[in-house]
This record gives sequence, structure tokens and C-alpha cells, in this order.
Amino acid sequence: MQLFDFNGGVTPEYHKEASTQSPIAVSPAPSRNGLKNFLVIPLHQSIGGTPRPLVSAGDRVLKGQRIGAADGDMSSAVHASTSGQVVAVEMRRMPHPSGLSALCVVIEADGRDEWIARQPFDYHQHTAAETRDYLRDAGVVGLGGAVFPTHLKISPGKGGKLDTLIINGAECEPFITCDDLLMRERAEAIIQGVVILRDLLAAGRALIGIEDNKPQALAAMTAAVQAGGHQDMAVVAVPTRYPAGGAKQLIRVLTGIEVPHGKRSTDYGVQCFNVGTAYAIHEAINLGQPLISRIVTVAGNVAAPRNYAALIGTPLHTLLANSQPLPDTDRLIMGGPMMGITLPGDEVPVVKATNCILVGSPRLFPPPPPEMPCIRCGECAKACPADLQPFELYWFSRAKIFGKAQEYHLFDCIECGCCAYVCPSHIPLVDYYRFAKSEIWANESEKAAADQAREQYEFRQLREAREAQEKAARLAARTAAGRAAATNALAMAPVTAPAATSAAASAVTSAATPVTEPAQTPSPQAALIAAALERARAQQVQPANTTNLTPEQQAEIAAIEARRAQIRTQAHPHLPPDD
Amino acid sequence: MLAALLVMALGAVVLGAALGFAAVKFRVEGDPLTEKIDAILPQTQCGQCGYPGCKPYAAAMAKGEADINQCPPGGDEGIRKLADLLGREYKPLSAEHGVEKPKALAVIDEQRCIGCTLCIQACPVDAIVGAAKQMHTVIAAQCTGCELCVPVCPVDCIDMVPVAENITTWKWKYPVVAIKPVTTQ
Repeated sequence: MQLFDFNGGVTPEYHKEASTQSPIAVSPAPSRNGLKNFLVIPLHQSIGGTPRPLVSAGDRVLKGQRIGAADGDMSSAVHASTSGQVVAVEMRRMPHPSGLSALCVVIEADGRDEWIARQPFDYHQHTAAETRDYLRDAGVVGLGGAVFPTHLKISPGKGGKLDTLIINGAECEPFITCDDLLMRERAEAIIQGVVILRDLLAAGRALIGIEDNKPQALAAMTAAVQAGGHQDMAVVAVPTRYPAGGAKQLIRVLTGIEVPHGKRSTDYGVQCFNVGTAYAIHEAINLGQPLISRIVTVAGNVAAPRNYAALIGTPLHTLLANSQPLPDTDRLIMGGPMMGITLPGDEVPVVKATNCILVGSPRLFPPPPPEMPCIRCGECAKACPADLQPFELYWFSRAKIFGKAQEYHLFDCIECGCCAYVCPSHIPLVDYYRFAKSEIWANESEKAAADQAREQYEFRQLREAREAQEKAARLAARTAAGRAAATNALAMAPVTAPAATSAAASAVTSAATPVTEPAQTPSPQAALIAAALERARAQQVQPANTTNLTPEQQAEIAAIEARRAQIRTQAHPHLPPDD
Repeated sequence: MLAALLVMALGAVVLGAALGFAAVKFRVEGDPLTEKIDAILPQTQCGQCGYPGCKPYAAAMAKGEADINQCPPGGDEGIRKLADLLGREYKPLSAEHGVEKPKALAVIDEQRCIGCTLCIQACPVDAIVGAAKQMHTVIAAQCTGCELCVPVCPVDCIDMVPVAENITTWKWKYPVVAIKPVTTQ
């Protein structure tokens, strides 16, 4: 099979051997001693809205029970990772560079690990929309690191079918080996997930791309494809070069398609999923198990680097205790050394995005040399796998000229860190891009809010003008009607006073009693007042909900009135019992 | 001589007709400068500038009647943008119109609200819902933080609560190079 190449990229030291020596261990289920029996499950774990909590403190939950319902379609559900009791639904620190808190469900595990009733989902018997809803409610998200809700990616391309389904097992970032071990040990389950994806997307073929530094994973996956007899699937070894595991880079390597700026890969008949996502889809559909655990690599400055099948919500200190971090540990990184984020502490939980916990020390990651001025050498542009000009982006981000940075396609930057890796001046380029991106997002959301406020304000102006106009028209009509009635009454009163038919006229005549005092003719003002009184009487409507009451309702009303009277006397003894 | 005059006269007529046609055909509705200024203003509609809304203030600035430093919610950044757009000199926010504050949202204390609807009438963007003698509440997503509802409340039940940073609104900080003292030997 012909392979293609992407521009740029780097070949850092991989450090993957240490954590691949032993098989995946099951992270100890939260035990019942000390503080270790709590799971902290953040509700907001994927891109999109924050799921609504479905449980509250005191509820008992089972393993796999939904505790957060997806907020709209652009969101994904969250489940209890073990059985136990909900202790609190409160703000807890998140595994996020800000160290800020978000709403989490804290579960005290009962140690029984009792599942909900699990039922496989037969996607052949359901429509595509029902399957998507099922996956959303099963909380399946992309496990490669971006945690994009998977159900949003399961829609065939423009022609109703997809040419190529790409399964990403490249795992290019140093230290991380969770996908490697998953492929070695659970290849058949992954292939079953790939079959589901292939069917849902009506894909012509499926290519499983694995970097050639993982021979055991390649062998296991090839064996699983052959055992299944899938003619339309192929396991492809791709050259080891960071970031071959980027979706666009892997698509380029396997198919030669370069997805242009502003387009989606599905426009070109290609869609890409991570192997971990395929495995989660298999568990959700074939076993009826929502996404409640994932494989996490613990590597770096630890005595025993290893991969763990960790429950979502496991506090990091519980997970790390198994691998024994060395005493000179000074930081924890979620992800790898190239793209990872420094965590605020070790009490934050494992989330769906946690592919690796990299334990750092000054020995392993010495502080970077001081930042020097950009010498415009162009090394970063050579290394950029997204074909951008990182030095331009850097200047514009540094000078806060965000419009220009966007013109140079800042948002096509995948933050892979290749540019900063090769920079001879040791400029933390990605930090500048992240800064510029978040500033632009904030500006855009502010702009959207201002536009909405302007619209609301203009609508209010419009409505007030319309209401004033309507009120004036109503008033004019009423005055005109009153005048007409008054003149009518004046004209008719002397002649047919007792038999006056119009309401205004009768009111006027009764008030003026023209029979007994024929000399006194009602004035137009009096007629107007009478007409207004009549209108007010006509407008007094009896409330409809106090008629036709049943005896129970009447009794209830009486009870309430009695209670009110009692309260009133208690609250204001000096007042009369009822006003 | 006559031919030259005729040619010039014909030219004048043709060009005049073309200009007249263009004036009708490419007529610009509204004032584009006002629109541009309005796009910079924060749309809080708070009236701190002395005009009844952002649009009237924008119109006054376009006419040259108002200064560019009268909008506290727009802050320093807004003044700089206006100075850029209008080609005027930057000047700090005028103190008589207020001070720049962090964005806050109005929150109605439901225990104290008596349902008088005065705040509903005061809100320029219809961000308060409620009815007479019913509890009122603020639609947080629509509140611009203009504070116009605060003074009208007869029971003082509206508080301005500053918007706290959360995970989704958090911004990466500008990469600062830490300068450390060098210990001399």
C-alpha cells in the first residue's frame, strides 16, 4: 500500500519502553479505607455544554448509572464509575491548567461494584439517529485527547457513504503508551468497535494506522483483523515521526488527502477515530457498558511506570500510589511532554481526556534555557506539520495583533509543539498561540453578547413605540365612542327617555331622572362620565377559577383562609382579623 | 468654438446624468460611521455616557458632539478603538461618567422581591422576567450589567455580582518571562 508524507514533524526521544513492560493493571477500585474511597466525577468532560446533574447528595447509584444528562446534542452524558452513595454535587478542582473548579459528583464507593442492568444495543434494528442518541447517552467521546463527542462524528459524508474510515493507533507522543497496550491486549474488541463504526458510517474500507515503533500492537491488530476475516480492513504501519497521530497528519499519510483550511475530512470521504474510542464503542454497543473507565499511562519520574485501567473520577493520588512517584517529583502533567498541560495538584480526578499522567522532576524536564529573541531562522516553519508559519503567528500573538494572527490561520494550529521543540531561541511558541486563541475566543463571545444585547435593545425600543402607538389609538377610539354615545344620548334623552336602549343613554337618564325633572337636560360631560363608568363595570370580570368548586376545594380554601387569619393575628396582633 | 462649447456641454450633461443616477442607485441608508462606532460600544445600554443608549451616543460621536471617553463599560480598550476609528487623540476615561468595573450581573434576591415590576420597566434589554406581585428573576445570559435596575428597586433586592472566571471562560495568560535575581559569587 502506498503511503504519503506530511511536511515537518520532529523525532523526539520516545521513552515508551518503560511503561510497556507490564500488562495493563486494573487500578485498585476505591477501597474503603481512609480518603481513598471517593470518586470525583466532573460533569463537564467533553466539548459542548455542561451535562445536567441527575443525582443529588444522598442518592445511591449503581455502576454505569447515568449521573449527568447531555445538555443538548452538542454534549455527552456522564456515568457513575462504581456503585455507592452520592456524597455531594459540588465544585471541585479540575484537571485543567487554570486550577479552577467545576461541578462534580462525588461518590463514596461501597466496594460492591454493582452494575446496572446491561443490555447490548442492536444498532441494526435502530435508525442512525437512535444509535447516535444511544452513544451520546452512553457518554462515548473521542479518547485520543480532544474528547469530542463521538456521536457527532458518526454521520456519513455527502454521498451518504464514506470512502475511508481511519482508526488512529499511531500514538506519536513520547511516554504515552495507553493505546499501544490497549491494542496489544484487546485487539479483538477494538476490531469489533471498528466493525460497528464501519457499518454506521457505511465506509468502503477501514485503515488502522499504527506507528512502526509498536510491532507487538501491529501484530496483535493484524491477527485480530485476519481472525475476523475482514477483507475491507487493513492494518498499516506508518513511519514513526511526531505528530503522525494528529488526525489530519494521519489522513495525509494514509490517503494522501490534505484537508484544506475550513473543510472537514468528511467532505473528502474520510473520518478518523482513535482506537480507544473504537473500544469504547464496542463496550457501549455490544456490552451495554457506558464509558466509565479508560486506560491511563503513568510514566516519567515513577518507580514503576505502567498502564492502568482506571475508573473515571479516580483521584490522581490513588492512581499514582501504585506507581510510586519518586521523591524529587515537582509536577504532574496530563498528556505528554509535547502537548500536555501541567496539573494544579494530585487530588484532581482522572477524566475521559486523561490518556497519560506524566510525573515530572527537574532531572527529567530541566527548566528551559532563557527565552532569546527570534532570529528569524525559519526552523519552526520547516517543522510545522500544519504547514503554517509559526514565526509570523508568534509575532502577531506577541504583539496582540489577533486579526493578523487569524489571517495566518492561527486556528489551524494543532498546538503539537514541534515549533517550540526546534526553536533555537527556546521561545515557548505554543504558549503564545494558546494565549492568542483564548483571547480571540473571549473577544468573539463578548462580541456575540454585545450583538445580542443590541438586538434586544432595538426590539424593546420597537415594542415600546408600538405599544405607545396602540395605546394612543385605543384612547382615541374610546374618546370618539364616548363622544358619539354622549351626543346620541343628548339627542334622544328628551324624546324617548324611559325607553332608552343604549347603555350610556340609560345610565345618563337614570342619573338625571328626566321623567320627574324634565327641565334638567344632562350635560355632555355627565354623559361621558357615565359611559366611562359603564365600560369599567363591563370590564370587571369574575375570576373563572372560583366558580364550580368541589366541596374538597372549598374546604381547602376555608382551611387556608383560617390559617392565614391565624398567621395574621400572630404577626400583627394590633390589626383587625381580616382586612 | 461652437463645436468645443457643444462638446463640453454634452460632456457636462452626460456626467451629470451619470452622477445623478449613481446618487440614486448607490444611496447609503443610515450613517455608516454611526454603525461602525456602535459596533465598538459594549451595548450595555447603561446610559452612563449621558445618552439614552449606545446608539444615540454613537450618533453623537459621529457628529462630533460627544467625546470618545464617556463609556465606562467599554473601558480603556474601547477608548483606544474609538480613537483609532475616529482619528482622534486617545484620552483616559472621563471621571464624571464613571469608572471601569469588572463585568457584573444583576441578581435578584428572591426572598426580598415584592414583584413591583419597576426593574422590568427599567431593564433596557428585557433581561428580567416576572409579573405584578410575582417574583422576578434575571436571565443571566441576557444581562449586560448596566445597573439600571438597581436604583429603581424599592426594596433594594438587586445586587450586582461580579462574573467569576470559570473553566470555559478562563484565558491562557500572556507568556511572561520570569526574571530571577542572579546570585553573584
